[in-house]
Amino acid sequence: MSQGIVTASYIGATILFILALGGLSHPETSRRGNLYGITGMALALLVTIANVTANWGILVGGLLIGGTIGLILARRVQMTEMPELVAILHSLVGLAAVLVGFANFMDPTVHFEDSGEQKIHDIETYLGILIGAVTFSGSVIAFGKLSGKMSGNPILLPARHWLNLGLLLTTIWVGKMFVEQSAAGSGLIPLLIMTGIALLFGIHMVVSIGGADMPVVISMLNSYSGWAAAATGFMLNNDLLIVTGALVGSSGAILSYIMCRAMNRKFLAVIAGGFGTTTGASTADAGEQGEVVALDAPEVANLLADSKEVMIVPGYGMAVAQAQHIVCEITKALKAKKVNVRFGIHPVAGRMPGHMNVLLAEAKVPYDIVYEMDEINDDFPNIDVSIVVGANDIVNPSAQTDPDSPISGMPVLEVWKSKTTIVLKRSMATGYAGVQNPLFFKENTRMLFGDAKSSLDAVFKNL
Amino acid sequence: MKIGVPKEVHGGERRVATTPEVAGQLIKLGFEVAIQSGAGGAAHFSDAAYTEAGVKVVENAKAIWDESDIILKVRAPEFNPDLNTDEINLLHEKQVIITFLWPAQNPELLKQLAEKKVTAIAMDSVPRISRAQKLDALSSMANIAGYRAVVEAAQHFGRFFTGQITAAGKIPPAKVLVIGAGVAGLAAIGAATSMGAIVRSFDTRPEVKEQVESMNAEFLLLDFEEEGAGTGGYAKVMSEEFIKAEMELFAEQAKEVDIIITTALIPGKPAPELITADMVASMKDGSVIVDLAAEQGGNCKLTEADQVTKVHGVSIIGYTNLPSRLAAQSSQLYGTNLRYLLSDMCPEKDGNVVVDMEDEVVRGATVVKDGEVTWPPPAPKLSAAPPKPAEKPQEEQPVQEVEEKPSLVGPVLAFGVGGLALLGLGAVAPPSFMAHFTVFVLACFVGYMVIWNVTPALHTPLMSVTNAISSIIIIGALLQISSGEKLIVGLAGLAALITAINITGGFAVTRRMLEMFRK
Repeated sequence: MSQGIVTASYIGATILFILALGGLSHPETSRRGNLYGITGMALALLVTIANVTANWGILVGGLLIGGTIGLILARRVQMTEMPELVAILHSLVGLAAVLVGFANFMDPTVHFEDSGEQKIHDIETYLGILIGAVTFSGSVIAFGKLSGKMSGNPILLPARHWLNLGLLLTTIWVGKMFVEQSAAGSGLIPLLIMTGIALLFGIHMVVSIGGADMPVVISMLNSYSGWAAAATGFMLNNDLLIVTGALVGSSGAILSYIMCRAMNRKFLAVIAGGFGTTTGASTADAGEQGEVVALDAPEVANLLADSKEVMIVPGYGMAVAQAQHIVCEITKALKAKKVNVRFGIHPVAGRMPGHMNVLLAEAKVPYDIVYEMDEINDDFPNIDVSIVVGANDIVNPSAQTDPDSPISGMPVLEVWKSKTTIVLKRSMATGYAGVQNPLFFKENTRMLFGDAKSSLDAVFKNL
Repeated sequence: MKIGVPKEVHGGERRVATTPEVAGQLIKLGFEVAIQSGAGGAAHFSDAAYTEAGVKVVENAKAIWDESDIILKVRAPEFNPDLNTDEINLLHEKQVIITFLWPAQNPELLKQLAEKKVTAIAMDSVPRISRAQKLDALSSMANIAGYRAVVEAAQHFGRFFTGQITAAGKIPPAKVLVIGAGVAGLAAIGAATSMGAIVRSFDTRPEVKEQVESMNAEFLLLDFEEEGAGTGGYAKVMSEEFIKAEMELFAEQAKEVDIIITTALIPGKPAPELITADMVASMKDGSVIVDLAAEQGGNCKLTEADQVTKVHGVSIIGYTNLPSRLAAQSSQLYGTNLRYLLSDMCPEKDGNVVVDMEDEVVRGATVVKDGEVTWPPPAPKLSAAPPKPAEKPQEEQPVQEVEEKPSLVGPVLAFGVGGLALLGLGAVAPPSFMAHFTVFVLACFVGYMVIWNVTPALHTPLMSVTNAISSIIIIGALLQISSGEKLIVGLAGLAALITAINITGGFAVTRRMLEMFRK
């Protein structure tokens, strides 16, 4: 196939990818957007495969096996496990970038006359493998943390900032070495050393980040996987890869930015890690704040049935307890009683951006009653009952009142402004930030202790 | 331990210190509960209901007093005509009696109790701190009194509360003034507004304004600067000038409103006189005054305790037993308050109470301990009024504004550095690289524009779909797979396999998620 047709197809694929992302601006258009994405991918694959001249067996075999595995994964995954799936898929992109980078490096047909071009190409290869390796190991660790195979607590090495800096400097030095050796025809050893360092760096980066910062980590890895693709594109002189990589990279970067803003944290501070460990001072004085008033399920049911405006604020606890379906049942029951039920979602509720929305959508909660924090925060004074399902830090009033709090300045859902707030919680433990929550001790707050799902089951029975 | 509930002997007292429901919960805490036969009768709790809840019903009042370790009552001990003796004499050493005692008004009673070597806990002396809210029997009773005050007013008021336009003409809504927006006042406001009246309220404590307004009543403001909140969330005595301004307000309101409900009380003092005889005279014929402070002398000059008096066509209701007039409700709330107290005092849930004088709540309520008068307790420190907000917010405001002012330095610096970096790159990089770089930068901008439009609800599908399309890296593998080198083919094949997982997995799971987003 002529190069012109290939390029034209790539342009088509690029446009389709942009349309796919643009479609996500609204749930109505998003399904069509996804179709555009699939079409774009199919187009790009077809024209590229048409240029393959040998090793059809390996190619088709790989595609079939991989495709089947992917489909099975997508079918089987529970919606609450989405963060894990996304993390492991990121790791695959990273790994692919590493493999393609090495394959390209070893390919004897890739050769440049101009030494400047050769240099640039080597740097591109080096960067592609570097980003890919970081993405790979980081995502694997993120997967381990999210799926509970590893502890969610940050593991902090002493002098971790110096360690990171050291790794970075070593990487640059090894890179210089690689470019020099590559010009002389070798260079595999520095490349391998760098890959090792990058893998270690990825591991170190993610293990030092606490559970509450997972949404940032996931979006960041998402971004990295894009940059890895873009770097590979530079290496292969392929504009489609560059464009797609840049799209994905900026998408992930924006998501990271949104998540950081939602926690009022600096991106660098998140990446440097250590959230939830430097808060000892504040947790100590948070001991005696007053007494909590506990309710039982029938009382909660009565309270709900007697109200006109109910706001449900879900958090990670809802995902853990798989309580989204019963939440939806309660919503339906209340709607039948002419109670206006709405949902208020904090941007960092859950373990990845939009996690709560997906869970509620899975439980068939209509999306037009699910609101973002900014849309709904001013409405709380009109709300009769707010129910906080397994959330803690995102409804903590000390973010606004206590300038010494580690979450000070983080935007929070102002549930305490509603007439009554019911907090569903397993115990009085603190949230991921390790901060005591004065909400629980407020006069109009009632606690419903127990597993969110069984508590809500009981509430539903009493409705 | 055995709990005994004797029948109340005070004339007209219809409440009982426990209900079958509450008794059941006490039994769960490990107590044995006995009640005098007929004790709950006036509040419509039959002996049978108590028996069913596991309570022992005892005919003989004496037996209750003799055999119980803990006596629960509503009224302070007084002369029992059936047994022809004072209830004090029925107490024995080591017994615990929990009831309303009014220690400030009854120093003699405290002495007698001390002589009997008992422990006496006064439900009216529970400190007003947030932890003790659930056993604040005064609030429970005040709530009922406020509600009942409106019901009594309605009975003596010749018109509707709510305004209506009927075929037979227009009915104006009743205007109600509630003086004192404590628990009773707020309950009265709630009851009166829900019946459709126009309600106004006045209180010396400005911080209750919000509470009054939250119940759809109007808060009358005095143009006067004085803070009326005393310790423990109660009101305090105000200055003379304040009272003068206040009286002018009431005089003005008296001419206008149909119903006045007064709930003004200052702890340990006679009730302040707020409604003078002149004001009563200026009220419309058929108006009603309900004086909830009648027991402490009344907020209205003309109030007579336990009586309904008619002056100039105005009915002045001075009932002091309003909670007792709603006996079933008040027994249930009072019983629940008692139950919370007992469960706090019985941490092991084994039916044994511990009078822990280290506990601020128990300390405050215990007026006699093992024969020693322990009243008055050390003053509670916390006020129910919110602490005065520090001047901070005002100070912070300007600081924030300064921060939010967009600084020109940042963007200029960013553009400068970015521009220089681009120029530097352009100087050394070959033209083919710059062509790709152009595409890259433009794509970043397109991505930036497109992604900001994505609705936050779809952030998870966004991640999975970007994941799927970032697998476009497969093209790299496809370009290399035709190579002659085995190693390269292997690497490329493996890369193709894992990216294929990603492509199908990413798109399929995105599709699955998007299918779920339905209106």
